[in-house]
Amino acid sequence: MSDHPMRGRTAISGLGETKYYKRAAAPDGEFKMCLEAILLACEDAGVDPRDIDGFASYSNERSSPDRLAAALGIKEMRLSNMFWGGGGGGGSGALANAVSAIISGQCEVVVVYRSLAQGQFGRFGQGAVVNEINNDGKWTAPFGLMSPAQSFAMRVRRFMHENGVQQEALRAISMASYFHAQQNPRAVMHGRELTEEIYDQSRWIVEPFHLFDCCMENDGAAAMIVTSVERARDLKPEPAVVLAAAQGSTPRNQAAAHNADLYATSNFQHVAKRLYEIAGVGPEDVDVAQVYENFTGGVMMSIVEHGLCAPDEVNEFFTLENFKAPDGKMPINTSGGNLAECYMHGLELIIEAARQLRGQSPNQLANPEVALVASGPMVTPVSSCILGVDR
Amino acid sequence: MTTGELSQWHATNPDTYLPPGLAEPRPWQDGLDIPYWEAIERDELVVQYCDDCKAHQWGPEWLCHRCHKFDLEYVKVEPKGKIYSWERVWHPVHPALQTSCPYMVVLVELPGADNVRMVGNLIGDPMRPVTIGEEVEAVFEHHKDADPPYTLVQWQRTRD
Ligand SMILES: [Zn+2]
Repeated sequence: MSDHPMRGRTAISGLGETKYYKRAAAPDGEFKMCLEAILLACEDAGVDPRDIDGFASYSNERSSPDRLAAALGIKEMRLSNMFWGGGGGGGSGALANAVSAIISGQCEVVVVYRSLAQGQFGRFGQGAVVNEINNDGKWTAPFGLMSPAQSFAMRVRRFMHENGVQQEALRAISMASYFHAQQNPRAVMHGRELTEEIYDQSRWIVEPFHLFDCCMENDGAAAMIVTSVERARDLKPEPAVVLAAAQGSTPRNQAAAHNADLYATSNFQHVAKRLYEIAGVGPEDVDVAQVYENFTGGVMMSIVEHGLCAPDEVNEFFTLENFKAPDGKMPINTSGGNLAECYMHGLELIIEAARQLRGQSPNQLANPEVALVASGPMVTPVSSCILGVDR
Repeated sequence: MTTGELSQWHATNPDTYLPPGLAEPRPWQDGLDIPYWEAIERDELVVQYCDDCKAHQWGPEWLCHRCHKFDLEYVKVEPKGKIYSWERVWHPVHPALQTSCPYMVVLVELPGADNVRMVGNLIGDPMRPVTIGEEVEAVFEHHKDADPPYTLVQWQRTRD
């Protein structure tokens, strides 16, 4: 197969994260944290922040490029880019947009970023309190189906039914995130061990999700510096090469009243196929995967739809042993992820993938070469990326 | 935890499955779904139908997603379905639901209408086990005291 024009042309160089906080616990506001994360990423990469010429984000990010560029004294802004769609669906998609801008010659140094202060602004997990509803929410909200957990539980239950999946498979995903967080001092759930007993006895939020199947809500900010692979080689850290990044959706995935053509899905079937074609690698080449946990059920379907496990083998494959770094068959969420490190809308997952390839993870694998990131599942569009080492 | 302790609403209010206070549904301002709300007020279940494709469509759209014909008609369909998926909600995310957890939400497919799906509540004891594929029939839940009044399509097991 001939080289794809996206494959291996760009790299993630700088990684920046503020301290991660419990929801509403950050001493600083969202915009200030965003600036801090961007400066940390620039310092890590060894680039002058004023040389950033592009901004890419997602999920209705509030820290807008116009304000950031003024605050940072950007010399010439060439890209102000927002990925449409809520949740974490756009994490890898924002990276794809940054990569595209660099390859097409529009930009040289793009920052991909996300900032969240759910204390300063609203929460995600609550239903809106309104008197009347005349959008597509009317087909679900009057029946008490209005939060993300409630929206996604229906798809997950159907997948479990179609494939005979047991609750223990979801438990293993949660256990893996908490296990890895214990080695990560930056993780919000560092020091909070999760056992099978604690999981089993935790309250239901909405079946099949226990409390520990649901992501946290947090405050913090994260940023990554993306450049051409040539420029990245002159910068300080080992480049994490972008082999592929892609976004998209299956047909009519958000059709009203849960009428998607393919219903029991994380919505990655089409994106994953294209992603591997761009990257020139297959599921068998993936050494480590960072898989967005809004809810464990989404992780399950993302892993299956990225070809890392057959749908009828979920019960056998989904064990803490298989998911553990460094020696599990498929280590996942090696920093603790959205469940136990920080819910930074999955940007922390791409950062952790890059960290694994640099050899700087708190749960480091032995010389991983290919890292997969599946960004927020079950929304439209979704996105994922594959990072590799420079050679 | 027993159902009785948690679910005070279900035990004492037979008329509506969930308490008042949730957002009340209204037609799109452009009128797209008015025929649906008018039909269910008369205890008739309707969905969109494309006469060119000979196929049903739901939720409502201004055009057929198959052939792009505009202004589909609403046709009466048998108010019977099968449970396609389900969820039992324990954590109230809305103040109006504080006394009604757990409650049961089902996704119902309509075999008589190309398996289009509808979300509703499954009437009855929310702790009763649910089987995907179970047959259900529509129950038209009229909220006559609301201003303006409206109707919700709920579901109950056919064999009850
Ligand atoms: Zn048609």
